[in-house]
Amino acid sequence: MVFTQVLAIVIFLAMFLLIISEKWERHVITLSCGLLTLVLVFGVGMRSMKAVMDTLNIQGIFQTSFWYQAGEVSESSTGINWATIIFVAGMMIMVEGMAKAGFFRWLCMRIARMVSFQVIPIFITFMLLSGVLAMFIDSITVILFLAAVTIELAQLLKFDPVPMILSEIFCANLGGSATMCGDPPNIIIGTSMGYSFADFIQNTGLIAGLSLIVIIIYFYFVFRKELRQVTAQKQDPSNYPEPGQIITDKRSFGISCVIFLCAVVLLVSHAQTGLTVATIGVFIAAVTLIAAGKDAVSLLKKVDYKTLLFFVGLFIVVGGLEQTGVLELLAGLIETISGGQTMIMVAIIIILSAVASAFVDNIPFAATMIPVIRSLAEMNGLDTSVLAWTLAMGTDIGGSATPIGASANVVGIAVASKEGYLIGWGKYCKTMAPATIIVIAISMVMIYLRYF
Amino acid sequence: MSQQIIISIGREFGSGGHEIAEKLAARYGFPMYDRSLLKKLSEKHNMELDVLKKFDEKPKNIFLSRTEKGLSSSPEQAVAKMQFDFLRDKAASGESFVVVGRCAETVLKDYKGLVKIFVNADMDMKLQRTMESYDISEKKARLMIREMDKRRKQYHNSHSDCKWGKAKSYDLTINSSRMGIDGTVDILARYIEARRKVIASENTNE
Repeated sequence: MVFTQVLAIVIFLAMFLLIISEKWERHVITLSCGLLTLVLVFGVGMRSMKAVMDTLNIQGIFQTSFWYQAGEVSESSTGINWATIIFVAGMMIMVEGMAKAGFFRWLCMRIARMVSFQVIPIFITFMLLSGVLAMFIDSITVILFLAAVTIELAQLLKFDPVPMILSEIFCANLGGSATMCGDPPNIIIGTSMGYSFADFIQNTGLIAGLSLIVIIIYFYFVFRKELRQVTAQKQDPSNYPEPGQIITDKRSFGISCVIFLCAVVLLVSHAQTGLTVATIGVFIAAVTLIAAGKDAVSLLKKVDYKTLLFFVGLFIVVGGLEQTGVLELLAGLIETISGGQTMIMVAIIIILSAVASAFVDNIPFAATMIPVIRSLAEMNGLDTSVLAWTLAMGTDIGGSATPIGASANVVGIAVASKEGYLIGWGKYCKTMAPATIIVIAISMVMIYLRYF
Repeated sequence: MSQQIIISIGREFGSGGHEIAEKLAARYGFPMYDRSLLKKLSEKHNMELDVLKKFDEKPKNIFLSRTEKGLSSSPEQAVAKMQFDFLRDKAASGESFVVVGRCAETVLKDYKGLVKIFVNADMDMKLQRTMESYDISEKKARLMIREMDKRRKQYHNSHSDCKWGKAKSYDLTINSSRMGIDGTVDILARYIEARRKVIASENTNE
């Protein structure tokens, strides 16, 4: 068993290092490492067809509970989390449809006009918009559009867009932590451990909501000088963009708004309706494609299948660690260090998750930690949910601390750099690292006060 | 000279590649793009020149940067891309020019009029030139040469499929120690003239 454990760890670490090196595309790396796990760890090492089948988890898709869960939600099995993959694919199709119709740009400009194109109000409303949109839509898309509009407005109103983009990035990551579908770690946590949208809103949502208020105040005080320097410069209002002109096809715009609202309603009520996130993903994708008509093929082509394949490979590699008992050993280590004290366990999980997510992709980290917290809860007879919320906040928020911690950070920095606004580590971390520490501290305090 | 000629000069640190590029540019009356194009970029984007210089011709740090959906967080990559775009725009406008470094032989590889040159030199000459230019000791000059060449190589190879300084990557590689700076310029000019005629005849045949 020790040999297979070492093998699983080596494959896992090699995967991580190769992802960092960016020599090959991420999905090629995780799929190759996944294949190695299947052949070497499960085949040569364990000689277990059951481990292969459990990890591939294809049988799960054909169970009714995968699509519809009446009553109490049960914990799903391990291995490839197909629910996450199907849901993410569905959301990708919906978001592509919305972007094509001009929804995001229209929304940003509409809000900017609502606050009469004044810099400080734009700064605050865009932070709120970023947080709220990221609750339902992937943070990459949110930042891709928000950062582009921010730069456009900055050039028009003559202000430095960097403070605003940084604040938007942070709020997107924070908003993502509020819901089950906001950030990939949450989707994986929710579907793996059987939590609903409402569970997330009532727990991580509450922490994120309070943190958002604190963080808006924080960013206001940190950036007010830089943003106020320009507010005195009067601009010609006739140059301001007209939101209505952004929409070229009113029909598709209307349809994409309705589909988005449907998706939100379905997600919010999925515990009551019994529809799983996989079903919701398939439904919104189908509706978007039907509504797109002849454009359906081009929408499908735009789906980021590489990310979906990345997930498949990743779940197999993590499955290797799980099936060989490595993650139980890690759970045992955390238990030993914490002396079995839950409060210390929470502190270890949130700090470990935050620090790790600040430097490495939080998706593999969260996928790895889920079996660990499950084992920890079993060992100590704890409520798994407390550790789940702790893990979610740690991984979702920790990523904001550095330029490489989360996808939204990379996209925001890249969009800004393209227009000549360079954001290095120093400039980024100066304000974002303290903001991360503030929210992690708020999360810890709220978890302690509420659950202990 | 009616047809477009783009002379890209890669160079080892201290080899005189930059001076050779300057002399070629003067001989043909071409504008030269080297580090000075950062100034143009700083004016265009209203950026501080020192910030651009800080990230110029440097490889990205793989541990401190990340790529997501083809977008990179690396400022080194951003500065490189800005310069590549600048060179592409210049080339697309039909302008003839000399460019020093900036992976031009890769960035502009689709242009028929591109002449790819790499200048190297013996260590003695490189040391001499570096010591004189920077008024430093031999030990420091040696370190500087090693460090700069390592950086240029990493930067180049991270943006290009062909290898920095390898003969295969260029039309002509030349050791400036053999003929001196002016002698090398003369040899290169003869090669460029010959190439110009070939390009002209190819254009006529088309």
